[in-house]
Amino acid sequence: FHRLFILLVHAHFISKMAAVQDGQVDLEVEKKEIKTETSNDGSGNNNANSSSPGSTSLGATSKSPTGPAEDQQTLLAVLQFLKRNKLNESVDILRREAGLSVEIDDSPGSASGGAGSGGASNSTVDGGDTNSLLSRVSIAIPAAPAVTAAPVPPKGLDQPDVNVVLSAYSQQGDPDLYPLYYNGLKKFIESVLDCHRAELSQVFYPLFVHMYLELVYNNHEVEAKQFFEKFSGDQECYYAEDLRILSGMTKKEHMKGNETMLDFRTSKFVLRISRDSYQLLKRHLQERQNNQIWNIIQEHLYIDIFDGMPRSKSQIDAMSGSLAGEAKRDANKTKVFYGLLKEPEIEVPLDDEDEEAENEEGKPKKKKPKKDSMGSKSKKQDPNAPQQTRIPLPELKDSDKLDKIMNMKEAAKKIRLGSDNLPSICFYTFLNAYQGLTAVDITDDSSLIAGGFADSTVRVWSVTPKKLRRVKSAADLSNIDKESDDVLERIMDEKTASESKILYGHSGPVYGISFSPDRNYLLSSSEDGTVRLWSLQTFTCLVGYKGHNYPVWDTQFSPYGYYFVSGGHDRVARLWATDHYQPLRMFAGHLADVTCTRFHPNSNYVATGSADRTIRLWDVLNGNCVRILTGHKGPIHSLAFSPNGKFMASGATDGRVLLWDIGHGLMIGELKGHTDTIYALRFSRDGEILASGSMDNTVKLWDTLKAFDDVELDDFTAATGHIHLPENSQELLLGSYTTKSTPVIHLHFTRRNLLLAAGAYNP
Amino acid sequence: MSIRTALCPTTAMAEERRPKQCTVVLPTESMKAMAESIGVGQLQEESCAALSEEVSYRIKEIAQDALKFMHHGKRRKLMTSDIDHALKIKNVEPLYGFQSQEFIPFRFASGGGRELHFYEEKEVDLSDIINTPLPRVPLDVSLKAHWLSIEGVQPAIPENPPPAPKEQQKAESTEPLKAVKPGQEEEGSIQKGQGATSAEAKGQCKKEGLIRMKPRSTHELSVEQQLYYKEITEACVGSCEAKRAEALQSIATDPGLYQMLPRFSTFISEGVRVNVVQNNLALLIYLMRMVKALMDNPTLYLEKYLHELIPAVVTCIVSKQLCLRPDVDNHWALRDFAARLMAQSCKTFSTTTNNIQSRITKTFTKSWLDEKTQWTTRYGCIAGLSELGPDVIKTLIIPRLTIEGARIKAVIEGPVVSNIDKIGADHVQSLLLKHCASVIAKTRPLPDNMEQYRVDYGYLGPMLCSHVVKARAQAALQAQQVNRTTLTITQPRSTLTVSQSGIGGSVGSRTPSIIKVPSSLTLMSTRPGTPTQPSPPATKYIVMATSAGASSTQQVP
Repeated sequence: FHRLFILLVHAHFISKMAAVQDGQVDLEVEKKEIKTETSNDGSGNNNANSSSPGSTSLGATSKSPTGPAEDQQTLLAVLQFLKRNKLNESVDILRREAGLSVEIDDSPGSASGGAGSGGASNSTVDGGDTNSLLSRVSIAIPAAPAVTAAPVPPKGLDQPDVNVVLSAYSQQGDPDLYPLYYNGLKKFIESVLDCHRAELSQVFYPLFVHMYLELVYNNHEVEAKQFFEKFSGDQECYYAEDLRILSGMTKKEHMKGNETMLDFRTSKFVLRISRDSYQLLKRHLQERQNNQIWNIIQEHLYIDIFDGMPRSKSQIDAMSGSLAGEAKRDANKTKVFYGLLKEPEIEVPLDDEDEEAENEEGKPKKKKPKKDSMGSKSKKQDPNAPQQTRIPLPELKDSDKLDKIMNMKEAAKKIRLGSDNLPSICFYTFLNAYQGLTAVDITDDSSLIAGGFADSTVRVWSVTPKKLRRVKSAADLSNIDKESDDVLERIMDEKTASESKILYGHSGPVYGISFSPDRNYLLSSSEDGTVRLWSLQTFTCLVGYKGHNYPVWDTQFSPYGYYFVSGGHDRVARLWATDHYQPLRMFAGHLADVTCTRFHPNSNYVATGSADRTIRLWDVLNGNCVRILTGHKGPIHSLAFSPNGKFMASGATDGRVLLWDIGHGLMIGELKGHTDTIYALRFSRDGEILASGSMDNTVKLWDTLKAFDDVELDDFTAATGHIHLPENSQELLLGSYTTKSTPVIHLHFTRRNLLLAAGAYNP
Repeated sequence: MSIRTALCPTTAMAEERRPKQCTVVLPTESMKAMAESIGVGQLQEESCAALSEEVSYRIKEIAQDALKFMHHGKRRKLMTSDIDHALKIKNVEPLYGFQSQEFIPFRFASGGGRELHFYEEKEVDLSDIINTPLPRVPLDVSLKAHWLSIEGVQPAIPENPPPAPKEQQKAESTEPLKAVKPGQEEEGSIQKGQGATSAEAKGQCKKEGLIRMKPRSTHELSVEQQLYYKEITEACVGSCEAKRAEALQSIATDPGLYQMLPRFSTFISEGVRVNVVQNNLALLIYLMRMVKALMDNPTLYLEKYLHELIPAVVTCIVSKQLCLRPDVDNHWALRDFAARLMAQSCKTFSTTTNNIQSRITKTFTKSWLDEKTQWTTRYGCIAGLSELGPDVIKTLIIPRLTIEGARIKAVIEGPVVSNIDKIGADHVQSLLLKHCASVIAKTRPLPDNMEQYRVDYGYLGPMLCSHVVKARAQAALQAQQVNRTTLTITQPRSTLTVSQSGIGGSVGSRTPSIIKVPSSLTLMSTRPGTPTQPSPPATKYIVMATSAGASSTQQVP
């Protein structure tokens, strides 16, 4: 039986993987965890279907009749088992026999395999989780059989699914007592010792929401309205946005298909409470026989109990604000290889060329020590760096090497920035854009600027005297002498030279745009649900990547090229390779739109910011979520990694920039000053200065060197994640520069540390 | 509860801010109207209520999604396209035809106890569209680069916001004690390393010590600024008209001039003083154009320097002699131009405390009433007064038409005293006719009887009558365009054309570039020396009145 159980568990995962392949996307790591331990498993899975609108019918067909579906899952489990044991031949045979499509797993170590192993590791983590939550063991145990049953019930229509989700609210008490219960708890929490009060106050918001939803679900409209009016004012101001959505929901019918509601229901709200405070709360509720509240806490809240001092109000406020509470401490325990990859050694002949160039500029002496420092730096392997081959990276081409040399030469002339040596800022204003500029990117060497516009166009400008030229037509190309030295020059059509080029192809506003590192390609993501790859040689569209059915908010090329990531309204971030028309990885877990996506400098990780006010870091290798960072009070619109890969900065609609230590998964700084959404963040080339650009028409410079130095990371804070943020971020503000009336939507440090900013003039 | 509020200071605020959100629901009448518009006649009240709740909820949902599109579109304004996109992701067909950049084109109507909004679609005649000239082609998107900051300091160029906003300049001049305090704070912050943020531009933040020693009111000019000042002033009074146009353009638009303002102000006032004595009409004209450019610059707080500028302008209006050959040179144009400047500054700067307008009016009237006043000064006074607006003309000038007419008659029809007097009287006459006719045309009822005019206005009566008739006809013709009830400041004739040297009409062709450094600039010999020793700044505005008097006494021999 034990063996069978394991198989079934595997089958469970595989079925989910299949679902992922079918485009059902809302599966997430947490849900997998929950499934192994709680009774909500079935509903959890259903949510995945129902919360991605329009995809349910697809899911239903893929496993339509119950019997065969079960068979197929068993088959898949067997396949998985065989593959584990490297019996690839048998896998192929079995697959052929069963007539299974190959798409379930394309290559070892890719999406499906990754997700599978990720899931497995997560379930073990869960074991630890259950132990820590002694109080919940009683619930967890009966849940085990449910796991096996979970995938079996057929899901025909949308309606029953939602009902399963909502049925958790069916247990009800007397609606008139709800305010009394809530008030009772409020009184109690107000009366406890100061040190516990702040912690216990965290319970108010999720309790309030769930009680309100319960009232609404059970058709007590009037009571619900009263309840809302009475207590909504008590909630923290940063929940105002959610409360507004909640206030609109006054009928049971509204709850069906409301995403926010489903998020609340499907993901447990996570609270971090010290053991003492928790005991206090538990004792109180049990004494009072306050089952209604106790039930909600049991069912819908995940209380992450820690030993030690209760946290202060400011500590809690710093971390809370996300849609589903704080991150569980366990979510951020995985080791992250945040170090940089070793730079490839540049060959001698190229080096000579470099030296010649240096000689021409008349400073040959300086060359030697510089080269040594470079060499020693690249030879030393960073202990925190991932293995060079952890993910396959494209081979360096000759042109890439040339570019690297250019980069090094430029870097040698780099200005060292600091608090007393601020960068110059060159502002590129888009005139006559008529409020239509939605995205900007600048190439690493700062030679090209691309803009995405609301009228679906993408425009590319050359900001150097070198004009943009198209490659000649095929007929003309055949006439060219291929042996000539200047063949690369000859293939370009001089007649097409112009300062800017327009790329037509999208059918909706272009929200994300990114140049490839080699400047040969441009990516753009749009409202029309596609990501397009454009050639900057021919200025035509090469590929349209279809996968997101909803607006794609952001896309970015990997720093090594080849891979790119995209994220959109469907709450999933996808990892693609330019030569695959289907995504390699799906990063699912966010509870709301993925608003921005960024690659880690070592290309092994992807960070995504979301409208659920969390940032997640995903491992490209296996698709796991390795960090969940909470603390923002509004949708996150910008992310930036520090050049050393150790830190990250994020900016949101709340006008605050938060700094994160990736290795520890900790917030280490809060930069206040902007008054509107921050759309652009960028570290200087050496990471000493962070530039932030905002809708409030300012560029601000922050002293990150100081910010990172100020952080005291002792073992305790590292272990618990309870950090004291420095009170005054004004000391870190180095400069603030206001434009006339131009929101700043992109920032870029050139290789010499000149800051370029861009935005559209908004009269 | 008090504990709870103390615990969470945000709650109280949140309570105030949040309106009762649950109760916002569309009125049921709208549902009825909608139902009728699609042919459902009688809708139950209950159904209406249920519908309105449902519809309100859905609308809120769509609005929330639309907000997402607004945020990603990097805008602050929700547009109809956002709503369309929000509908699209809900799989609802967008509402086509409501694309509008600026506003939502609904109009409101009520009647018969019903209220509704409708979309107005005017009938358009195709031939009208075909025949109207094509509108200008909208400009294409373009990129423009400028320096937002140079090594931490924001340069004062037109692309950047003014380094010291007008309010700050005002605060500095009106409340000097207060202004010192924020300055000190700024300096304090310099030490902390964020001085670059402050408005202390032009690389001064590095000279911390210097700044702290110096009183804030005097500005030390950087080398660049000194160079700029030199070039600008030389170009303004130089012989090259193209350079002058550029310089004036720079004065009128450059946002970083406030530190140089005291120098410009002194330059103008000293320049006028010297050139009035030397009767150098051209230079006076150039200086007045500088005043105009300064007044046109939206970033300058000129109030502080009116005590120097207004006397200079008044001198150019009323001075007895402005040129070497008063019989030939057109100094009248300068008086007109300066009078307009005066009127403009009265309009902009006159407040209840400084009373510029009434004081100026008094000055003009006093010297006009003086019997011994020369024709030139007389002309200036009348021009200055009439530019102040129709009210002033009505109350001060029209009642004196008879007396003035008699005086003009005495000169023109009497024995020939001097040619100069005759010309002067002639100009005063045409000036009076021009200004009074338009006012009388508006105020005096028809009919225009020549004899009645003679009775009312004396010698000038008949001429005035024909002018009024003309003015009425013109007003009827361009009823829309003539709009001279208020001050005529922005008249198209604001460029100054003088017969002497080629000064005229250059303002139209401005080149939008910062002034280039001229390699060789020939200075006019009559140019007054650039005031190297600025006169001690006057402490209060009141100085202005006395100096205005002084300048008006200057012309009385």
